[in-house]
Amino acid sequence: MTALHSLADIAISAMIVIGATFALIGSWGMVRLPTLMERLHGPTKATTLGLGGMLVGSILYFHLVEGKWALHELLISLFLFITAPISANMIAKVHLHQLRVKPDVDGLDPVGPAGMPPIPSEDSGWATYEATVQTSPAAVAEM
Amino acid sequence: MIAHAVSYAFVCLALALCCNLWRLLRGPTIGDRIVAMDTMVINVIAVIVLIGIATARGTYYEAALILAMVGFIGTVAYCKFLLRGDIVE
Repeated sequence: MTALHSLADIAISAMIVIGATFALIGSWGMVRLPTLMERLHGPTKATTLGLGGMLVGSILYFHLVEGKWALHELLISLFLFITAPISANMIAKVHLHQLRVKPDVDGLDPVGPAGMPPIPSEDSGWATYEATVQTSPAAVAEM
Repeated sequence: MIAHAVSYAFVCLALALCCNLWRLLRGPTIGDRIVAMDTMVINVIAVIVLIGIATARGTYYEAALILAMVGFIGTVAYCKFLLRGDIVE
């Protein structure tokens, strides 16, 4: 029984420590990396993974130590893993939009390791780069 | 052993929140500030989960779940406002 308890303790502690370390690495990457497109990597990957690790540790803790079986952690991790890519995509769109609309704003530095993003062609482009296409249903509805 | 791990995690998350605050104040662009706020919400969810483990109560997960939803909606609303000049079109 004690061996089982110590094994559970080790597993729970390892998950908590790994999760917290990943969260710290993600936030540190957001400080260190040069431009916004690189800075997005830290929070969206490392920090989300770190929180996932801590939630797994929490599930193990409540199941093995407290003897309760809670599904809240699964809900949180499911919701977080669905929403993190969406918010990262939205922030990247905002960045491209700002580069397009006002490229001379102070501190807006697109030249990272990846360089300037490519400008889309005339007739088709990224959604953030263009106003509503004139013949689209939304534009027609506005008129 | 779990108590030590939780203490270590609290220290790590405090440092992570300080990093986020630095990026939030420093900028330089509006996108950086949105990323900082988004990461801050994720780290605060982690802090709430850790408090739940430290006090061995399940009540805190409701707060973490609500914060996960509200933080995501806030980020998306801010991005939509910057992209379109409006939130609900």
